[in-house]
Amino acid sequence: MSKNILVFCETEAGAPRKSALELLSKGRELAAALGASLSAMVIGAADATTLGSYGATTVYAVSGDASSTEGVVTAVQGAVSASGATVVLASASALARDAFPRLSARIGAGLVVECTDLRVDGGRVVARRPIYAGKALADVEVRSAIALYTTRPNSFPLSASGGAAAAVVAVSPAASAGTTVKLVEVLAPAGATVDLTEAERIVSGGRSLKSKEQFDAVVRPLAASARATPGASRAAVDAGYAGHGDQVGQTGKVVNPTLYIALGISGAIQHLAGMRTSRVIVAVNKDPEAPIFQHASYGIVADLFEVAPALQKEFQKALL
Amino acid sequence: MKVGVCLKQVPATDTRIRINGAGTGIETGDVKFETNPYDEYAVEAATQLKEQKKATEVVIFTLGEAGAESRIRDALARGADRAVRLDDPAFAGSDSLGKARILAAALKAEDISLVLCGRQAVDTDSSSVPAMIAELLGFAQASWVDKLSVDGGNFSANRAAGSGAREVVTGALPAVVSCDKGLNTPRYASLPNIMAAKKKPIVVKNAAALGIDPASVGAGAALVVETRLTLPPGRPAGRILQGDAATVAAELVSLLRNEAKVI
Repeated sequence: MSKNILVFCETEAGAPRKSALELLSKGRELAAALGASLSAMVIGAADATTLGSYGATTVYAVSGDASSTEGVVTAVQGAVSASGATVVLASASALARDAFPRLSARIGAGLVVECTDLRVDGGRVVARRPIYAGKALADVEVRSAIALYTTRPNSFPLSASGGAAAAVVAVSPAASAGTTVKLVEVLAPAGATVDLTEAERIVSGGRSLKSKEQFDAVVRPLAASARATPGASRAAVDAGYAGHGDQVGQTGKVVNPTLYIALGISGAIQHLAGMRTSRVIVAVNKDPEAPIFQHASYGIVADLFEVAPALQKEFQKALL
Repeated sequence: MKVGVCLKQVPATDTRIRINGAGTGIETGDVKFETNPYDEYAVEAATQLKEQKKATEVVIFTLGEAGAESRIRDALARGADRAVRLDDPAFAGSDSLGKARILAAALKAEDISLVLCGRQAVDTDSSSVPAMIAELLGFAQASWVDKLSVDGGNFSANRAAGSGAREVVTGALPAVVSCDKGLNTPRYASLPNIMAAKKKPIVVKNAAALGIDPASVGAGAALVVETRLTLPPGRPAGRILQGDAATVAAELVSLLRNEAKVI
């Protein structure tokens, strides 16, 4: 059987998510290097035009319940089986993080999670992933016939192939006996912004904000003006200035934005671990000795309470 | 209901990681180990279930060498009843699936109906073993949970969902729940409890005691292999902007647009 790479594409209101298109962009490069074909899968209806324009020649439209672990596992298993894929790529979303280890155990396929790079070396896929929260990088190979990879959002640039609409193959996996877990309610996040793990821009505040009121009055408006997602250091979260879902760092969220602005964050090793892959880091801190400055692309040694409002005005002008 | 907690020791989060000469692992000589921070939420959740009379017994399961026993004692001091430590030379080099097989065998032998894990171990950062255990045992699962209640044979959990949302899910036990920050505030062990924990039993089990085929775990059975570790590349030196707030703000936004091209 010819080789096939299958990309699990999550959708939002019927359209493929940006992270899925990033993966198709990367998948096309891997497929060329492996001499493989590139397919996509979705749970539900397929946008064959968009998926085709990013290089998928076939899209497996699988009937199933994307809201349950068992539904996702069964659907991906069905598409893997229908496509004969030996390489399966998915974005490291909450859904894949939950379902892919279960799938790995079910079909005996090696799983490499949270990859930041995939390359082909000697006809084999080599994944690179951060370990110890990014304090080290591991090159990882899979020895099973089928290999599963999840990759961090924003790891690969978008590149459309301009290909024709993908051929749609409907797949209806047999319902599994499954487990009993049922979705009861979705609790939307407090802000209507992009989640930290997917955000392209982040403005984070630290303990220097001194109170929840000041965090809300300084960090959130600046983030809004920069069209960024607000984040926080562990110190700020533990002090109650922000929710635990806002925490960036080794025991919070590991983020990968193009722009990370750190306000009053000293740069403890645990925080750096969570944001060190940001393409551009801006640090604003009163203490010129703060470790964050050693990692910053641009540093401002000043009182954040003076700089943040000025910066907010400039972003508002620049991003009209 | 017997509750099992999977507990792992990891390098302290303030450790500066150094790679060994062969590039196959990290230098552990002077590394201080601590309980995986997310596992502390699992221990606390189990202890609270026992205090609510919903758990009859809390058992700690640790895959690791004798050096991990100080972390096990700490969990026993915080409220767990006893522990099973899984140790066999055949376990060395196991990948996530191998580790899940070992833990699943041990959990099954103890007839555990609720398995609590940390959402991920902050060394490998794989966040995979809990769901693998769930599959191997045929249990329900809920991942990255920050709210949990158990009533009779059922549970309700708030799990992580896409785009930063949370979802309320319900299900029937047996189940594996991976615990996220926000679930609870782990207690400190009191001195009397630390003393009492010294007398709590820690049983050591090897592959034979678990009925595991040594060929199904360890390096030889690993489907996923780390071939080389490296340190992340350093960042190019940055630039400090000078001037009053209005000046540096204008200069920064201009640099972000024209030099870094990120806005």
